[in-house]
Amino acid sequence: MEYGYYPGCSLEGTAKEFDKSLKEVLTKLNCGLKEIEDWSCCGASSAHITSHLLSVALPVRNLLLAEKQGLNDVVAPCAACFSRLLSSQKEMKLDEKTRMKVEDLMEEKFSNGIQIFNLIQLFQKIGLDKIKEAKKVDLGDLKAACYYGCLLVRPAEIVNFDDEEDPKTMEEVVKAAGVQTVDWNYKTECCGASHSIAHTDIVEKLSKKILDDAVSHGADVIIAACPMCHSNLDMRQKNIIKHNPDHKVIPVLYLSQLVGIALGISYKNLGLNLHYINPIPAVENRIKREAVV
Amino acid sequence: MIHHRSDPVLEEIIEITSQDPSQCYQCGKCSAGCPVRDFINTPPNRVVRYVQLGFYDEALNSQTPWLCAGCMTCTSRCPQNFELAKFMDAVRQVALKRGIKPDKKVYKFHKAFLAQVEKHGRSFELGMVRDYKLSTGDFFQDMDLAPETLMKGKMNLTPGNIKNKEAIKKIFRNVEEKK
Repeated sequence: MEYGYYPGCSLEGTAKEFDKSLKEVLTKLNCGLKEIEDWSCCGASSAHITSHLLSVALPVRNLLLAEKQGLNDVVAPCAACFSRLLSSQKEMKLDEKTRMKVEDLMEEKFSNGIQIFNLIQLFQKIGLDKIKEAKKVDLGDLKAACYYGCLLVRPAEIVNFDDEEDPKTMEEVVKAAGVQTVDWNYKTECCGASHSIAHTDIVEKLSKKILDDAVSHGADVIIAACPMCHSNLDMRQKNIIKHNPDHKVIPVLYLSQLVGIALGISYKNLGLNLHYINPIPAVENRIKREAVV
Repeated sequence: MIHHRSDPVLEEIIEITSQDPSQCYQCGKCSAGCPVRDFINTPPNRVVRYVQLGFYDEALNSQTPWLCAGCMTCTSRCPQNFELAKFMDAVRQVALKRGIKPDKKVYKFHKAFLAQVEKHGRSFELGMVRDYKLSTGDFFQDMDLAPETLMKGKMNLTPGNIKNKEAIKKIFRNVEEKK
């Protein structure tokens, strides 16, 4: 099975291990990705902060390209891209004035026929049974805190996915990979998102609460599905350690990396060496060696 | 209603958001769940109140919309289905149009980000950080993370240009004209 693919800018840069691990996992699951040719940035937070029209037009360019390529199902693993693509679809559907302005600006008619989905939905489409069947490594003692952040689940009328206050679909994927999940409080709390650079102090405070809650509920790792969340919880944890000497460190993995470990893909091919907080010891500690095929 | 339809600020906000701020009945649920509430002086529902009462200077000069992280918690919990995050976007955009930038750092960050998108079609993190540092003069921020970031190859040294850069330039140009 082949799916359309909108990687988004982060997956080519600071989150290249997200892209790498996703492709490795899909190969193991006999699936392929077809990238939208010549895709461009969705505008992220920056566009909707400064211009409504720009925030709709930038995602629409990519949706038009996908349409021309005949891609009907497009996976956007970055939660922010996922949210921006869906928001622009909603604007184009419900706001007649915006639609006319954007079509006029793009000099093209928009049919709005593409189905956008996130990483968890991709695994659901492929089938969680396939992950169970392909599992090679027993991670049975590993405890994961599934972190959804904001844009995967909110707002419901845009993403139309899972429960916006207490989502559970990521847990199902993690369990299919043979990993235990913990019940915790911060799975949908905000990490501070795009304030990472302009207001690092805010991001550090918000991210520390998330990290601490995962640790206090017995998690060995946090699982994320958003490059922005990952960078704030992983890279910014370096700042947190510096400013809080007694901080309890917890590594953060992308969902695709965790599934990849269970499928027996090497740490290097999953890009586990690219994190600021090394996740390998936490994972190694919990692998049941005798079960490794 | 207290406000008047002839108010340009209100009209612009309604135009951008397709919703009337009078929809909000000030329950404060948005402010109760706002993750940046500890870092702002004006709670989100009060910014809505300012607009409802016609205190536009207070609304447009508030730092709140600029520190809004866009997490959508308020939007998803609002009992009136008032899309507050969208309202915050609109207040920022209306302020910007009038040259009001209550948080220079946030403004400069987003400007630096969009400049790279306009130039290359995709975000170029190194170029964005360079432009941001040049505009804020804060050269030493995150210098301790730089060696590891570059060593791991997490930050590309050259931009990933798209083929049809003209298409992106055209979008930016047309959006500017339509303002």
